[in-house]
Amino acid sequence: MQADSIKKTLGVSIGVCLICSILVCSAVVSLKAIQNDNKKIDKLKNILLAGDLLEENTNIEETFKSKIKSAVVDLGSGKEVDETDVLNAESFDIKTMARDPEFGMDIPSEKDLASIKRMPKNMVVYKVSGKDGVEKIILPLYGKGLWSTMYGFMALDKDLKTIKGFTFYEHGETPGLGGEVDNPKWKSQWNGKKAFDDNGEILITVIKGLVDPTNAKAGHQIDGLSGSTLTTRGIDNLIKFWLGKDGYGPYLKQLKGGGLNG
Amino acid sequence: MASKYKKVLLDPLFNNNPIALQILGVCSALAVTSQLKTSVVMSMAVIFVVAFSNLAVSLIRNHIPSSVRIIVEMTIIASLVIIADQLIKAFAFDVSKQLSVYVGLIITNCIIMGRAEAYALQNPPGASFIDGLGNGLGYSFVLIVVGFVRELFGAGKLFGYAVLPSVNDGGFYVPNGLLLLPPSAFFLIGLLIWAIRTWKPEQIEEE
Repeated sequence: MQADSIKKTLGVSIGVCLICSILVCSAVVSLKAIQNDNKKIDKLKNILLAGDLLEENTNIEETFKSKIKSAVVDLGSGKEVDETDVLNAESFDIKTMARDPEFGMDIPSEKDLASIKRMPKNMVVYKVSGKDGVEKIILPLYGKGLWSTMYGFMALDKDLKTIKGFTFYEHGETPGLGGEVDNPKWKSQWNGKKAFDDNGEILITVIKGLVDPTNAKAGHQIDGLSGSTLTTRGIDNLIKFWLGKDGYGPYLKQLKGGGLNG
Repeated sequence: MASKYKKVLLDPLFNNNPIALQILGVCSALAVTSQLKTSVVMSMAVIFVVAFSNLAVSLIRNHIPSSVRIIVEMTIIASLVIIADQLIKAFAFDVSKQLSVYVGLIITNCIIMGRAEAYALQNPPGASFIDGLGNGLGYSFVLIVVGFVRELFGAGKLFGYAVLPSVNDGGFYVPNGLLLLPPSAFFLIGLLIWAIRTWKPEQIEEE
């Protein structure tokens, strides 16, 4: 049979497609479990990192289970809601929820500080419990940097004013410039900074250049990253958005009224 | 016979390097070389894909109808790239987050298509596989050299470990931010081509 006959052409094409699809499918199916574990553990690791609970050589899942309780929050009312099949703390995925017509919503552009266009109506927050009840609360937040949407966590102290930790778990910023948001030294300066003043106004801000420690405002300023003005601005904006009234504002208000352990 | 295989394997390293002489696959070389670790993982992925796509294309070279030749090759290459991507996601999760789309873009890397067309279609499977390995290694050689220079002088690190402690971490080295941006890879590849052509003047194209 000639290599160019119609029969042969179809035969070879179908044969190649069949073999290739079998190979691809078996690779995807057999590796799926490992990949999902990787993703899950990566997320848990970053929650622990934000809450300053990550230690070397400990089992991440066990630490998470023993120290952290998650809760689904309705952002509009600021109330915690019961978990359902969809609003499930373990399977909650910000991206899918934001896209969902029922569980996500558009953000009017004049309010969209973080440039994210859509956001979920609910978020999952994590409470870190210690000896005297809840010690910290970890809030997921996200927003646009220079190239990418950056996803991260911020840990607040039980006074709901002091930041205890801040970390991004997913971003695509330039390595070495904006990517320095992963630098442990830069992240460590968030610890102890004031996010709000006594009246609940947002104070925290990322400035351009280094913070002058003698300045009275140093308690709520963060060094900008050199060479990455837009990433830095993105972080500043996303924090203001998520801590503000369109983000966790109502929830934090509720917590202040009822107390973290209420 | 053995010396022929050796030539097929080693020629693409310096004498006929896919990036330096043929100027193929430069796009991904610019994108993934800001760190040595991503360069190495990307290199391994490309070696895997180009070697096995050459092998597969060569195995069925006498049966591929010329009318659908390119599509058949692309199907094989795309499948191998997806498998490589899935393996990286499963076993090198941190790196896969940094490589993101670039693994998928191996499909469009001209080296792989080029080798299937230029070599695997005419040669037996064994030699084609080795040709794939050789070209993969030639690509890796450039990637790793560029990745080494960019990470060392751009961040003061190698494989993420601080070699030149940077000022930000209390050391003495002021990292050169330019090296972390894609244009620097362009300059470095240019310098590398210059160096190879000074060493092997026969590679210089005639005016």
